[in-house]
Amino acid sequence: MDTFIQQIINGLVLGSMYALIALGYTMVYGVLNLINFAHGDVLMIGAMVGLTILTLLETFAPGLPGYVDLFIAIAGAVPACILVNIIIERIAYRRLRNAPRLAPLITAIGVSILLQTFAMMIWGRSPLPFPQLLSTEPIMIGGALISQTQLLLLALAALAMVALVVLVEKTRMGRAMRATAENPRVAGLMGVDSNMVIVATFAIGAALAAIAGVMWGANYASIAFAMGTLPGLKAFCAAVLGGIGNIYGAMIGGILLGIIESLGAGYIGDLTGGFLGSHYQDIFAFVVLIIVLTIRPSGIMGERVADRA
Amino acid sequence: MAILNFDVQNQPRQAYASMAVLLVGLLVFPFVAAQFGNSWVRIIDIALLYIMLALGLNIVVGFAGLLDLGYIAFFAVGAYITGLFASPQFAALLESIVNYSPWLGNALVAIMGPDIVQNGIHLSVWLIVPIAAVVAGLFGALLGAPTLKLRGDYLAIVTLGFGEIIRIFMNNLNDPINFTNGPQGINGIDPIRIFNVNLAGEAGSRANVVIGDFSMPSVNAYYFLFLALCIAIVFVTSRLQHSRLGRAWVAIREDEIAAKAMGINTRNVKLLAFSMGASFGGVAGAMFASFQGFVSPESFSLTESIAVLAMVVLGGIGHIPGVIMGGVLLAALPEVLRHVVEPAQMAIFGQVVIESEVLRQLLYGLALVLIMLNRPAGLWPSPKHEDRPQAADTNKGDTFPA
Repeated sequence: MDTFIQQIINGLVLGSMYALIALGYTMVYGVLNLINFAHGDVLMIGAMVGLTILTLLETFAPGLPGYVDLFIAIAGAVPACILVNIIIERIAYRRLRNAPRLAPLITAIGVSILLQTFAMMIWGRSPLPFPQLLSTEPIMIGGALISQTQLLLLALAALAMVALVVLVEKTRMGRAMRATAENPRVAGLMGVDSNMVIVATFAIGAALAAIAGVMWGANYASIAFAMGTLPGLKAFCAAVLGGIGNIYGAMIGGILLGIIESLGAGYIGDLTGGFLGSHYQDIFAFVVLIIVLTIRPSGIMGERVADRA
Repeated sequence: MAILNFDVQNQPRQAYASMAVLLVGLLVFPFVAAQFGNSWVRIIDIALLYIMLALGLNIVVGFAGLLDLGYIAFFAVGAYITGLFASPQFAALLESIVNYSPWLGNALVAIMGPDIVQNGIHLSVWLIVPIAAVVAGLFGALLGAPTLKLRGDYLAIVTLGFGEIIRIFMNNLNDPINFTNGPQGINGIDPIRIFNVNLAGEAGSRANVVIGDFSMPSVNAYYFLFLALCIAIVFVTSRLQHSRLGRAWVAIREDEIAAKAMGINTRNVKLLAFSMGASFGGVAGAMFASFQGFVSPESFSLTESIAVLAMVVLGGIGHIPGVIMGGVLLAALPEVLRHVVEPAQMAIFGQVVIESEVLRQLLYGLALVLIMLNRPAGLWPSPKHEDRPQAADTNKGDTFPA
């Protein structure tokens, strides 16, 4: 039972990071019907910038408490990621807005390669250690262990999601976003500046990815230029699982996928009699994706079927 | 007016003459290149393999408009089929089965006989190639079936995930039953043997292939084999393009709903594109495995899938000569960078500022972005407008105001 609770906690931690990343996919998809393939690499940029800020803080302002360091790192990573994502939108997607679907996807892959290569040139090829800022003393909850970093991550993720919901449901900008997602042309006729809305969507997605990136580094203590690809892909799977285009779906899908993954990795060995082991963890997301697409392509929360030709 | 002209329909005489000139050039080419060292011919051999892959992917991406980001997985399937059925690996597989489940293992050992238990299976290339093609094609259909009724961008992600899954399995299927030998890969794969001529050269011949009185280096022999295969694939794909099926693919690419309304069974036709493309990938994979004599999961990373896609996009989506040009350009690029750009940097800056490997990645990324933005039909687009992929969507109501 203890292992079960432990796996659930691990799943929640992993899932809340997936949810943060998935929100970026789903919001862009909701407005533009486009998969921002480079989103995982925005996460990587967030982690890298965060690490650079932490290194600078260590030299110029040593002795700050770990929480403060981490918050400063996130506060620096967020604008950096926003800038990167807005540039991506401007260069790779804006001119292809009405092009066939294949075109922006291919430029997105190109942008993803470029981001990774730039990161490799700036931060090097080998994985970098991410400093452990918070006490590594774990906290016991019902027989399972959770680290302070993981607790902070859960809190931050919850906070960010609440803030996002308020933004989307209660503000003028949120209403403009929902209107553009519904029908860009009519929204435009009603006086919504669709370019503005799209840039805001990319910015919000990037901010969430930056938080996820820094916390990913803090949680796993190691980051590398190619780190964004797999979380990005899995978060996309999470967004589809929840119903792409729907922000609540992305949250639920992300957390669900995290739990599926960690339970799956924990129990696959027992289930298959030792034939498959926990190193197959990475296949669950894709298996889930294929099952969802076969049975219910609109996902858990999605209303309309994604197939609009 | 180009010097070489391949317009068979309007100027058949010139077209066939150009083809003959090209063929002679291609036949003489390795002997010229070999003057500069066999390693150059080897590079060209690899380039030909990439062209086979790019032509296969062109069926999927170019003709049918389905973006496949895990194409290298089919290449991997072909390579590993060869690894399993043309190397000592099968002996290791049987041994691991005996250890895992003695009754099953011993039953298999009894069926297979002592020779296979000792040496593994060594099928001839005439069997390996069809098996690789069929199995890769089945994998393609298997992957396509649940996703093809969905929108294209989902397909892209699923194929990408599939590529990753295949790689994870290649890395881990060595325990408890050893199919793939894990990260170490499979060694000692048989070289290709055609009509009793070993293309790697007989033992003790220093990799010289002797046919009658004529002898040439092994890499040249592989060059001719790969060239023949490439020509065969070019022939098949260009006939396919103008067949009923090819027209159906283009119709689906341009407007799936209209295609459906015209009575095309879109799901089956797309599935066919997918599995045909996959089977070309499988054949190329089998050739790769026999050529290298060794396969490991490292050769089948996402980067390779993207490299093949970049070839198709750069050259001209859906245009066979363009795709070939894209393949040649991008396959030769790393070598050019290594031999030209690195020394140039040494001369100018006194050190290598940007490694050729990094530069290659940068150029791949830039090529994808710039081509899509500025020349969506590629560097060498199809002369006929209707053969090119659409430049921009027609208004469908939910588009953005310009």
